[in-house]
Amino acid sequence: MNEIKNLITQNIRKFGMIIALVGIVIIFQVLTGGILLTPLNITNIIMQNSYIIILAIGMVLVIITGEIDLSVGSVAAFIGAISATFMVSMNMPVVLAVLLSLMIGALIGAWQGFWVAFIKVPAFIVTLAGMLLFRGLTMVVLGGRTLAPFPTQFRTISSSFMNDWFSGDSLHLLTIIIGVIACILYVVMQVKFRKNMKKYNQVVSSPTLFVTKVVSVVIIIGFFAYRLAAYAGIPYILLILLTLVASYTFYMNRTIGGRHIYAVGGNERAALLSGVKAKKVKFWVYVNMGVLAALAGLVFAGRLNAATPQAGNLFELDAIAAAVIGGASLTGGIGTVVGAVIGSLIMGVLNNGMSLLGVGIDWQQAIKGLVLLGAVAFDILNKKKSS
Amino acid sequence: MGDVILEMKNITKAFPGVKALDDVNFKVEEGEIHALVGENGAGKSTLMKVLSGIHPFGSYSGDIHFRNQRCEFKDINESEAKGIVIIHQELALIPDLSVAENVYLGNEQTEKGIIDWGKTTIETNQLIQQVGLRVESSDLIRHIGVGQQQLVEIAKALSKKVNLLILDEPTAALNETESENLLDLLVEFKKQGLTSVLISHKLKEVLKVADHITVLRDGKTIETISAKDGNVTEDRIIRGMVGRSLDNLYPDRNVNIGDVMLEVVDWTVAHPQIPNRLVANKVNFNVRKGEILGIAGLMGAGRTELMMSIFGRMYGKFLTGKLKKNGHEISIKDVDEAIRHGMAYVSEDRKEYGLILEDSIKKNMTLSGLSKLLKKIAIDEYKESEVVEELKVKLNIKAPHVNQKVINLSGGNQQKVVLGKWIYTDPDILILDEPTRGIDVGAKNEIYKIMNKLAENGKCIIVISSELPELLGTCDRIYTLSNGCMTGEFLKAEANQEKLMTYMTRDNRSEVK
Repeated sequence: MNEIKNLITQNIRKFGMIIALVGIVIIFQVLTGGILLTPLNITNIIMQNSYIIILAIGMVLVIITGEIDLSVGSVAAFIGAISATFMVSMNMPVVLAVLLSLMIGALIGAWQGFWVAFIKVPAFIVTLAGMLLFRGLTMVVLGGRTLAPFPTQFRTISSSFMNDWFSGDSLHLLTIIIGVIACILYVVMQVKFRKNMKKYNQVVSSPTLFVTKVVSVVIIIGFFAYRLAAYAGIPYILLILLTLVASYTFYMNRTIGGRHIYAVGGNERAALLSGVKAKKVKFWVYVNMGVLAALAGLVFAGRLNAATPQAGNLFELDAIAAAVIGGASLTGGIGTVVGAVIGSLIMGVLNNGMSLLGVGIDWQQAIKGLVLLGAVAFDILNKKKSS
Repeated sequence: MGDVILEMKNITKAFPGVKALDDVNFKVEEGEIHALVGENGAGKSTLMKVLSGIHPFGSYSGDIHFRNQRCEFKDINESEAKGIVIIHQELALIPDLSVAENVYLGNEQTEKGIIDWGKTTIETNQLIQQVGLRVESSDLIRHIGVGQQQLVEIAKALSKKVNLLILDEPTAALNETESENLLDLLVEFKKQGLTSVLISHKLKEVLKVADHITVLRDGKTIETISAKDGNVTEDRIIRGMVGRSLDNLYPDRNVNIGDVMLEVVDWTVAHPQIPNRLVANKVNFNVRKGEILGIAGLMGAGRTELMMSIFGRMYGKFLTGKLKKNGHEISIKDVDEAIRHGMAYVSEDRKEYGLILEDSIKKNMTLSGLSKLLKKIAIDEYKESEVVEELKVKLNIKAPHVNQKVINLSGGNQQKVVLGKWIYTDPDILILDEPTRGIDVGAKNEIYKIMNKLAENGKCIIVISSELPELLGTCDRIYTLSNGCMTGEFLKAEANQEKLMTYMTRDNRSEVK
């Protein structure tokens, strides 16, 4: 019991988020009379929040370096407009159009990264300018109109599901199989990790706690796989999201590049004197943000099946809020990709749950604002207590 | 025996995982200078934080009595209301405000809610006189030296009604003359009846001014020594601090000096903002394998600037000069290249330039040598843990585990983490800028031992230090630097403090022209 208490007090940041997410899910599950976790709605939550999650992953990297990006909503809209011009007006092949769009995203990121990293214009200003610039360019490209519809192939990314190669009857068998494989992989990795930690004399949790943790994660994966299978299976976008989360988590924790991002955000001068090329690190983090903003723009356009001048409005604030609720610190050096995703999910479940309850968009905004403030205040108060 | 002004009884304060103070008793008499000494992490700063209310009542156990009243300070305002004022090691001045504005910050002289600048200026001028500052009340803090800034802090303390003045390492960043002035000032205040508590690592200073010395060790009070009769020695205090007698602060080593490893030729660097001011002017020097080389110079002589410009051009605008390693010319344009050429630089300011405070010991130690841990594209975390554990034992870093954040370590242990980071890159040339600033004797001795070991293994060590005894005690050869020029070179046998000081203050700008 003491171990659990210690674990929670020492990792309050991590646990706080998860407890908040679970709490919110339970509250809305009860309030909506079970609608929240129906197979259809779970699928919906994933699809509705996919582009925010993509943006939040990029944003948390930017925030870890101690900077900010206010332009991602406008950039997403701009890429949506460009891609619509490519595919709808110019009939370009989908794959080529997507690749070109992502490259333009990278160029936009490079543009902003150049000003922030090399000229040292404050990121707030550079990206505020970018927010206006790319919103304006979106309107220029679209000429104030909406471009639609996109080719069906393009819409697969954001709104289609994996085929069931095994043709199950009421259940999507492929989804179940993937779920089982994910569980096995998870258990094997955890056991291996624990064994290695012991080998190198690192502190590990007690066997009971370890088993509890592994079993609960397996139950959660299993539950979601089962629910998804009961509807239409795994949407392609979920595969993209999982790939992004896994690769970015790996990058941030296990590669030199990731360590350097944390170091630059934690103390730029010390990082410089340790041989970290801080300017380059910042530059590439913005390039990465540009690509992810482009991807989010494509997913959003595909889901809407149209490119509109108003697309992506306020996405930047959702992405920043998600990263911050997920434990990232605006002073830099602190934050995780998984945290940002959980932050997005907290916001997403709040949106979805309140919509299901018939709460108006006015109150939704207000409540989300309070949640953001509360989450950060909780974090700061906690930090004070432990110091 | 004067009246007791402050008594702290049975103070215990625990942090997660560490007991910082364990049943500490501390008693200060009215009108004395009471020194508080102890190794890093002994609990001196924590004790003063408890006293001032930074660690509020309730977060510790024990009693505080000030002028026979029981005190339960919840924040720093409540302790200041009683006249207990602390001057912290890290100065709390606003660089872009004037001296007067800083002195009365938070204590503004007002007339009906509006600041009375006339009164502020007049009173600041009085305080400036009182503490012997040589600045105008309208000068910006940014433009005055560290020594003067320290005096501004004291003026600020005096501007409040102060009954007990606590100074945490006030001379750590000062040179010898400035330190002397500050100590004289304390003695002057004592004559006027002010009680002060002096926390210091510099035992010579402590012995000079203190009436009583309280020694803390590992969060416990060891003893309170009366220093009034003047027969207390440094060794006597050190014995209390480390629990053993430290017979030799500067440990012996087997000197085995080889060929020239690094040669710096005509190194000339301009100030980053002022192009016609040279921070290094045709500097020539060399360092040999297995040698410990000292660089002596006053503050502002350009010691740090010189070394940082050699270490990957991290300071100023490079103009001309050559670097030769083992006789071959090398080109170093950034830190990464410097590291690849086997150089390492430990900054004088470990918090600003050395460490990522919010990160763990482990991540700090491997930051410069991550490429050595690479397995395909990923960092081998198991190997990382192993390597860091090994270094932790080797350098005797006192911390429960390597995932501890460095912000929670004491100064000496933080310094060892920075050293560990560079030792892991396996450098040939290790530049140490003020390696023992603000750390205690025990840790100093350990750092000297580490330096000796590295030199015995054939590394070159370059030490920059403001403390001449340190240079004389550790180095084989010493260069003096003044105004960006090398003014002299001495072997250990021919050097002494007077000689070094003469050359450190020699101004040969005229000769250069």
